[in-house]
Amino acid sequence: MAETLLFNALREAIDEEMARDPYVCVMGEDVGQYGGSYKVTKDLYEKYGELRVLDTPIAENSFTGMAVGAAMTGLRPIVEGMNMGFLLLAFNQISNNMGMLRYTSGGNYTIPAVVRGPGGVGRQLGAEHSQRLEAYFHAVPGIKIVAVSTPTNAKGLMKAAIRDNNPVLFFEHVLLYNLSENIPEGDYICALDQAEIVLPGKDVTILTYSRMRHHCLKAVEQLTEAGVDVELIDLVSLKPFDMATISASIRKTHRVLIVEECMKTGGIGAELMALITENCFDELDVRPMRLSSQDIPTPYNGVLENLTIIQPSQIVAAAKALKAGQV
Amino acid sequence: MTKADMGRDLAATSGAPACSADSHQAAGAHAERLLNLYPATPAQVSPEEGMMLYRDMMLGRRFEDKCAEMYYRGKMFGFVHLYNGQEAVSTGVIKAMKPQYDWFCSTYRDHVHALSCGVPAREVMSELFGKETGCSKGRGGSMHLFSKEHHLLGGYAFIGEGIPVALGAAFTSRYKRDALGDSSSDSVTAAFFGDGTCNIGQFYECLNMASLWKLPIIFVVENNKWAIGMDHNRATSDPEIWRKATGFGMASEEVNGMDVLAVRAASQRAIERARAGEGPTLLECLTYRFRGHSLADPDELRAEAEKEFWAKLDPIKGLAAQLLEQKLATAEQLQAIEQEVDAEVADCVEFALAAPEPKPEELTRYIWAED
Repeated sequence: MAETLLFNALREAIDEEMARDPYVCVMGEDVGQYGGSYKVTKDLYEKYGELRVLDTPIAENSFTGMAVGAAMTGLRPIVEGMNMGFLLLAFNQISNNMGMLRYTSGGNYTIPAVVRGPGGVGRQLGAEHSQRLEAYFHAVPGIKIVAVSTPTNAKGLMKAAIRDNNPVLFFEHVLLYNLSENIPEGDYICALDQAEIVLPGKDVTILTYSRMRHHCLKAVEQLTEAGVDVELIDLVSLKPFDMATISASIRKTHRVLIVEECMKTGGIGAELMALITENCFDELDVRPMRLSSQDIPTPYNGVLENLTIIQPSQIVAAAKALKAGQV
Repeated sequence: MTKADMGRDLAATSGAPACSADSHQAAGAHAERLLNLYPATPAQVSPEEGMMLYRDMMLGRRFEDKCAEMYYRGKMFGFVHLYNGQEAVSTGVIKAMKPQYDWFCSTYRDHVHALSCGVPAREVMSELFGKETGCSKGRGGSMHLFSKEHHLLGGYAFIGEGIPVALGAAFTSRYKRDALGDSSSDSVTAAFFGDGTCNIGQFYECLNMASLWKLPIIFVVENNKWAIGMDHNRATSDPEIWRKATGFGMASEEVNGMDVLAVRAASQRAIERARAGEGPTLLECLTYRFRGHSLADPDELRAEAEKEFWAKLDPIKGLAAQLLEQKLATAEQLQAIEQEVDAEVADCVEFALAAPEPKPEELTRYIWAED
């Protein structure tokens, strides 16, 4: 075990996979000489050279499409979105070609590619740099979507994503790069499609992902004192959802709260709640609840920004209400 | 005078003296450009090569004619874009490259590119009929023909989106050579697209990256003047697309796209450059589609005089005349090829009609790599 920052855990994973497989390469803006805006590819340019860690011009749709073509012809590219929001400019390549091409080609081609980068609401970065594209990309067929939340799962999931033969959208969070914890040594892998039971409990299931996991953990401190026994689940896999783990938890607690950073309309929670209603309706003692960000562009002002996303106090109130059946 | 006006003047005065332009004025600016083309050395071919080219073009033509017939008989659906008139480009470029070694990337007008790549007519026709025996297992359709076996990266239906994919294939070729140390890696990628695509960002972004990294790629513009109903001259500030390469430090040529030997010669020069590690080339092939944009296009905007001008330059008839004149083939040999092609097209229709539909229980197959 070694104490590792999240961005270094990602870096270690990429480094190890590049050493293991010469077809693994990185491309994106400032990934090479600059080492990545959040230093996820620091020193890899020097170690692997300018083709394996390729600094691209600012042309998101084209370098993402180039990754598709490279993947179709044998490489295993990792595309960095300097900020995940920029990938709106690559929506066509991610949707039409990464996501749909294997099917449209009748199985002719596979696209083993990872698209990774920082998403989420940071600290006063303004609306365009505070997006949660996981919701926008959720409907695209043929891509897996994961969101990492700790140095440990960041490393294990990055290695799994690189080795997966399907395109994976890999969401990091701009405020989690400096999280630090002891992570396992050596070659360890997390399953891309498995949720993580962060805390077992019997009263209320809380489903969350990415940075909101940490808001939930803060809320749990107060909830434990208040006698609410929370089962906290980090979804990790946003597509597909790990419905086995989710259903098992709901069968135990009969109460479910979804906490997410994406907007409410058309969000991850919206889809999750629909699935829970379809699959677990009879298990629910009270109607499911979700706490989502406001349906607005993220404002710059810090006070307004905090009001836009969910805060631990709201999670506490919602979980208490669920336990009491007062919803 | 605005910059755009200056550009128009420049374009109008470029090229050779307009000795025959007056009589062809009704045929339009695109025709004038073809007439004013600087003469280029055509490819020298053996009798076998000449007849191979003739066969490929004839197959493209007859296949497309059969598609029109089948579409109107209700055997195929959706948007169907035929290639008639442009055969010299597909044949001229692809047949100069190495099959199942070099890579090819097409658009929504992809049937004939697929055939030139060597995808069997049976597989292409089956795909158009939506059958399981199609090259995309009936999941793709007319605009999405794929064949990994034949290195066809695919037909891409949205304008410009295939160019970055082609760039990726070219990147892989260089990566294998320079990052993996495989000095034998010299495959070249040809990306086909039209004049309308030359106004989209991905085109310029990829010219930049290809030139910057000296990638082995040929950008083949099939300038047929019309983006559905939009006249090229109304859509772009400088209609001479080949000149846009200069801004990226890239080699480029303006090519007679109605002459397969001219296209072949230009392609050979570009391929040689690419294999030698000297980077990309932009080929602007001046051509014309003899039919509407798709079989659903009423084709109301194109002038008769223009259509007549280009019809006279039919690339298949043109090659036949050259082969006969240079005694590379006899009329009997060409006739025999025509009959062979007709038999192949008849066979592919029969095959496709009798072929099985995809199984309903496999509706969701091919979403994931493991399936």
